[in-house]
Amino acid sequence: MDWAWIARNADEIAFRTWEHVLLTVIAIAIGFTISFGLALLIRGRPWLGAPIIGISGILYTIPSLALFAFLVPFLGTHNPVTAEVALVSYTILILLRNILAGLDGVSADVLEAADGMGYTRWQRLWRVELPVAVPVIVGGLRVATVTIVGLVTVTALIGLGGLGYLIVDVGYRRFFLTATLVGSAGAILLAVVADRGLVRLQSALTPWARSRTAR
Amino acid sequence: MQDASGAVVAFEHVTKRYRGADAAAVNDLTLEIPAGEICVLVGPSGCGKTTSMKMVNRLIEPTSGRITIDGRDVMELGAVELRRRIGYVIQQVGLFPHLTVGANTAVVPSLLGWDPARIRARTDELLELVGLSPHDYRERYPSELSGGERQRVGVARALAADPPVMLMDEPFGAVDPIRRERLQNEFLRLQERVRKTIIFVTHDVDEAIKMGDRIAILQRGGILAQYDTPAAILANPASEFVERFVGADRGLKRLSLARVRDLETIEPVTVRAGEDRAEIRRRLDRSEELEYALLVDDERRPLGWIDQHDLAGSGPILAEAATPGAPTVQPETTLRDALSALLGSSVQLGVVVDDHERVIGLVSVDAIGDRLREPVQGADGEFHPVGTEVG
Repeated sequence: MDWAWIARNADEIAFRTWEHVLLTVIAIAIGFTISFGLALLIRGRPWLGAPIIGISGILYTIPSLALFAFLVPFLGTHNPVTAEVALVSYTILILLRNILAGLDGVSADVLEAADGMGYTRWQRLWRVELPVAVPVIVGGLRVATVTIVGLVTVTALIGLGGLGYLIVDVGYRRFFLTATLVGSAGAILLAVVADRGLVRLQSALTPWARSRTAR
Repeated sequence: MQDASGAVVAFEHVTKRYRGADAAAVNDLTLEIPAGEICVLVGPSGCGKTTSMKMVNRLIEPTSGRITIDGRDVMELGAVELRRRIGYVIQQVGLFPHLTVGANTAVVPSLLGWDPARIRARTDELLELVGLSPHDYRERYPSELSGGERQRVGVARALAADPPVMLMDEPFGAVDPIRRERLQNEFLRLQERVRKTIIFVTHDVDEAIKMGDRIAILQRGGILAQYDTPAAILANPASEFVERFVGADRGLKRLSLARVRDLETIEPVTVRAGEDRAEIRRRLDRSEELEYALLVDDERRPLGWIDQHDLAGSGPILAEAATPGAPTVQPETTLRDALSALLGSSVQLGVVVDDHERVIGLVSVDAIGDRLREPVQGADGEFHPVGTEVG
C-alpha cells in the first residue's frame, strides 16, 4: 500500500469520487422518472404491462460491456450520455417492478375505503396508494442504487468511470495495486453510504411503518 | 350534534344485473328507510345485500330503477361529491396505514377543504364520541391499535363530515363475539345521539334483530322477502324462506328484542376489600334475594363474588377471597346475549355495568325467564312478541 501516492493524489481521488456520485445520481434520477411514468401508464392500460416489463427485462440482461460496445459508435467515448443511456437502462426493470409491486400491495379494503370516502382517482393515487407504497419503492431504489454504483466503474472503459478510472486506468493498466484498492474501497463505501442513506430516507418518510410492535 | 340529522333513503324498483350473469343480483328492490333509522339488509350470501348498499353511494351503479336521498336521485350528483356526503364503514375498516388516527378521522373534512382549526376541533370531538381519548389516540398509527379501536376510528372517520346517511358493511364482523357485543351496544348508544339514517349489512340474523329498527330480508337473486320491524318479522314471517332464515328458535330470538335495561335490576350488596366480614354478613341477611356479595374496586368496578363461606368468622375481607368471573352485561345487551352469558357462569347473576365498567345493578336468569313466559298478546289484540312497544 503506497500511502504517499494516496496523499499526493487526494485531489484526483476526490474528483473521481464526485464523478462517481454524479453519474450514479443522474442515472437513478432519470431511471426513476422514466419508471414512474411507465408505472402510471401501465396502471391506466394494464395490457401494456407485459410488453413494457418484457423490454426492460431484455435491457437488464444485456451484458454491460456489450451495451457500451454497441453505444460507442453512435455516441462516442468520453461522453457522459453514452454512460447514462446504459446505466439508466439497467435501473428501469428494478425500479418499475418495485413501483408496480408497491402499488399492487395496497390492500383492497384501503382502496375500497378511499373510494367510499370520495377520493378522486388522482387523489387516491397521490394521497393513499403512493404513500403506502413508499417502503417497497424505496426498496427498489436501494437495489438499483447499489447496482449502479457498481456499474459506474465499468464506464472507465469509455473514458469516464468515477472511481472505476482508478481501478482500470491507474490500477490495472499500470499494474499499480494501491489505485485498484483505493478505487474498489471507495466504490464499496459509496454503495454502503447510499444504501444507509436511503434506509434513513424511508424511515423519515414512513414513520407509520416504524411502530409495528405495539397493539 | 343535532338530532335526527338523517335523510330518507328510498329504493324505487332498483335492479342490478352484472354483465355476463344470467340472474339479477338485485331484483326490483323497492323500500323506503325513514330518516334517522337503522335499516339492516340481511340474507344468505348471494342475496345482493352488499350490492344494494353499494348502489347508494354509487360504488356500484344500478341497471335500472332509482335510489333517492331526501327525494334526490343519487345519479344526479357526481359520484365523488355524493360519497363525501355519505359515511362508509367496512368490515376490514380500511384505515389508511400511513396516516395517524387523527388524520384518518379527518380524511373527508380535508377532501372537503375545511380549515385546519375546524378539522382539528371536529377530529377531537369525534374521537371523544367513539370513546377514544384524543390526547392518547390522535397521534397514533392504525398498526398500534387493537381491532376494536380500529373499528371505532372507522366509525369516527365515517361520521366526520356529519353525513345524513351512513353505509355499514358487516362493520363488526371482524371482531370477536364479546367485543362485538360491546361495539354494538356502543354504536346503538351513539346512534341515539347522532340519529343518522343507516344502511347496515350483515349475514347474522341475531345482529340484524339487535341493530335494526327495520330489517330487509333478501333471498338469492336479490329478491326482497320481507321488510318490517324485527318484532313483526319474528311474529309473522312472510314466507317459508323467512321462517327458515330467521330460524327455528324464533321464541328464543324474541329475547333479542328486549334489552337488559327493560328489566328491573336488583340492587347488589357491594363490598370493598378490607370491610368487616360480620358487617357484610348482616347486610347480606337484610337483602332477601341475594346469597352473594359483590366485591368491587374503588371505581365500583366488579372484581368477583363473595359467598357466605368466605364470610365466616370476623375481621376484614381480603380481595383474594372473591371468586372472579362474574359475567358483565350492559343496559343495551339483548336478553338473549345476557342469558347465554349467565348460563355459562356458576353464579346465575349478571352484573350490569356502564360505559366505564362501573356496577349499575344485577340481573338474574329468573328475571329473563319470566320475560320469556310473559303473554305475547298485545293491547290491540294482535300478536306481539316480548319487548316491543305496542301502539
